[in-house]
Amino acid sequence: MKRKLANLYLILIFIILYAPIIFLIVYSFSEGETMTNFHGFTWSHYHTLFTDPRMLAIVANTLLVALLSSLIATLVGTLGALGINRTTKRVTREALLTMNNVLMVSPDVIIGASFLIFFTMLGIPLGFGSVLMSHIAFEIPIVVLMVLPRLREMSSSMLDAAQDLGATTRQLLSRVVIPFISPGIFAGFFMALTYSLDDFAVTFFVTGNGFSTLSVEIYSRARQGINLEINALSGVMFLFSLLLVGGYYWIQQASHRHKQRKRGVTS
Amino acid sequence: MKRLISIIVALLAICGLLGYSSDRLQASSGSTGSHVLNLYNWGDYIDPNLLTKFQKETGYHVNVETFDSNEAMYTKIKQGGTQYDLAIPSEYMVAKMKRAHLLKPLDQQKLTGWHNYDPRFLNQSFDRGNRYSMPYFWGTLGIIYNDKYVQASEVQHWQDLWSPKFRDKIMLIDSARDIMGMALITQGQSMNATDPATLSAAEKKLNELAPNVKAVVADEIKMYMIQNEAPLAVDWSGEAAEMLANNPHLHYIVPSEGSNLWFDNLVIPKTATHTKAIYAFLNFMSEPQNAAQNAKYIGYATPNKAAKALLPRSVRDDQQFYPNQQTLQHLQVYQDLSPAKVQLYNDRYLEFKMHH
Amino acid sequence: MTKRRTWLYFIPYGLWLALFVIAPVALIIYQSFFDLGHHFTLGNYSAYFQSATYLKMTLNSVWYAFLITLFTGLISYPTAYFLHGLKHRQLWLLLVILPTWINILLKAYAFIGIFSQAGLANQFLSFIGIGPQQILFTNASFIFVATYIQIPFMILPIFNALDDLNPAFINASQDLGASGWQTFTKVVFPLTLPGVKAGVQAVFIPSLSLFMLTRLIGGNKVITLGTAIEEHFLTTMNWGMGSTIGVVLIIAMVVVMLLTGDQKPKGGTPR
Repeated sequence: MKRKLANLYLILIFIILYAPIIFLIVYSFSEGETMTNFHGFTWSHYHTLFTDPRMLAIVANTLLVALLSSLIATLVGTLGALGINRTTKRVTREALLTMNNVLMVSPDVIIGASFLIFFTMLGIPLGFGSVLMSHIAFEIPIVVLMVLPRLREMSSSMLDAAQDLGATTRQLLSRVVIPFISPGIFAGFFMALTYSLDDFAVTFFVTGNGFSTLSVEIYSRARQGINLEINALSGVMFLFSLLLVGGYYWIQQASHRHKQRKRGVTS
Repeated sequence: MKRLISIIVALLAICGLLGYSSDRLQASSGSTGSHVLNLYNWGDYIDPNLLTKFQKETGYHVNVETFDSNEAMYTKIKQGGTQYDLAIPSEYMVAKMKRAHLLKPLDQQKLTGWHNYDPRFLNQSFDRGNRYSMPYFWGTLGIIYNDKYVQASEVQHWQDLWSPKFRDKIMLIDSARDIMGMALITQGQSMNATDPATLSAAEKKLNELAPNVKAVVADEIKMYMIQNEAPLAVDWSGEAAEMLANNPHLHYIVPSEGSNLWFDNLVIPKTATHTKAIYAFLNFMSEPQNAAQNAKYIGYATPNKAAKALLPRSVRDDQQFYPNQQTLQHLQVYQDLSPAKVQLYNDRYLEFKMHH
Repeated sequence: MTKRRTWLYFIPYGLWLALFVIAPVALIIYQSFFDLGHHFTLGNYSAYFQSATYLKMTLNSVWYAFLITLFTGLISYPTAYFLHGLKHRQLWLLLVILPTWINILLKAYAFIGIFSQAGLANQFLSFIGIGPQQILFTNASFIFVATYIQIPFMILPIFNALDDLNPAFINASQDLGASGWQTFTKVVFPLTLPGVKAGVQAVFIPSLSLFMLTRLIGGNKVITLGTAIEEHFLTTMNWGMGSTIGVVLIIAMVVVMLLTGDQKPKGGTPR
């Protein structure tokens, strides 16, 4: 009974979470021009999308920036979290954490404008490089926030034991710490990806010389009302990420089972 | 750890692939090379077929980058690091950019199309003698109403919006200058008033309108009006043209007591490098054929007299978008106010928005 | 333990702090002391703290951010809790995050389609006999959509905290005769509190500075600090005043951090 209620609740939450996305995708098949009334089935918006090289290039750019920046941000952020966790003085830690969170609270417009001033002061040309750097910059804090609680959960006795057994710092990191905090690292990576794909204002300010990402394109098109080619694109991206998530999970499960079986044999 | 590293390697491989394909795609759409023109424009504000035609005639490929507000564009050009050859700011922004030394003067010797333009739309206060700017489109501020809910006779004047029967029925465009300007005109003042008392009176007037205001939104007004979300809206004629094209129940009125007259203009930012391509493009866009084609695509009013003559009679004679001489005389162009004066407008407008 | 080596790892993060946090913040604070004519002034601050409009707006923002955080928390905790009990929980968690990969503006447009006069929600209301209602541009719809946007950012840290929870505690609690509810309130919830706090930090502060949704869904009937900053940076171009509000936001963040930071010194909790 309890289980049923819980499942019912979850189903409801998932319906709400996915409702707008389903809505977007349904209209990507509409013959009309807007998201008001469904006008009959068509593939034409998908056709427009796949014959639009500019749009496809923008999609590739967006994914490239998102993946690369998340990867680097996860790396730097995890190291940062390790550093913050090392601090012994509470004041230092609070100060570091506060600074860490500044970019999370600052409205995008401020971040974008100050990064723009910063880049032009340093003479960094606007384009892929500046966008990538900005994305890394605003993704780092969320990675830290995701990794840090994990580190705190790690008992110091475990580390002491490992050290007593003669583990070097490097071994300690790669054998004990990293595996333990890896769920936090993954969470951080995914959140970083999310922030990157979602960002408009910062990218808008620091981009230039022909480089554009999806959200900038969508925002400038929104002036004329969203056209359904964008809906088609959301449909494709959604399907793609669904496959990605499913595939990733399947591989993970398979390797997990494999490992368990191996362990079963040796023990 | 090993798994982590293999994931990282896989991700890097994907990145490489993406970078490569983005490069190929960009190359196939021809946006690199020296025979180019970098146009910094509002989203979807030029007929793409004209760009193709321009390339065929002159060999220059046009790269379009877009912005979504005059101010954002200003910030980008001011900070540098970009190479825009042409931009399309509104009239007050032309004045602001001129003052900030962000524009190159037009070389009148190289321009061949001035005779096509209607002199009524040249030599305006924001750029006397058109030394820096060439008009692209012009328009007005007015009332859009839906004839399913509202009769034309009910909304002939700005003051009609204050009627208690329109409670929670009006959408306003989110623009301090325009909404304050509307209140000023209703009170018989100039849209360029700077006297604090006059502006405070306008704010008071606006606060009285608050119960009738359903929402203060930006470009989305178009979509909302097309969907019959509200019976009335205050917005620019260009936006109205698109609404009307998508919903036959909508109509546009420029109140005869006065309104704003705005211009979007082609200018050459300081960052420009491709001089030849720029003048080829300016002359190309001045040709009546091309200007008419663009006007048909965008649906805004063209300042190009010769192009207007090429438009269908139904468009040319449409009082909604090409108002008669009498209404035109009552229209006011926004003067470029000093930042402190603009602040007076914005503070009062913000207070009005907080009010409801 | 070689302390020196550890600090080596810290260099990239430190570099980031210096270049992308301290430098921009310094820039913002610097700018907040200049007026439109680029003269040094304290006027922005006095204008902010003397203006009833700004103070009211600040209170408004805090209130809405509080409501959004509260609702997000109330919805997210059970979700994370139930999700954690599922068999393929990592997969489900990924499916919670997935919707955030679709651009926020597009989702906002979808909500407009759902909530508008002729939208799905109103068709449903008409169908069950209530008749169409004004849903868009109400405070309720604004809070709903804002909560929707924030839910994944709250679920994730809570889920992680649940993941870290040692099942031995729960077993012990049950062995000692605690009811399911008692186990939850006395053991599970306190131990997952760090996750909740992380979630609050990730939701409350960004909610103070929401700006797209206030216009698209709220019709500018709710004005937040974010809206004001947006306006000062992009419309008025009064970067001084915009920066001043930015500084206020940063101070607000420090306060929230102190309130939700862990009071106990590290190692104080039994492990």
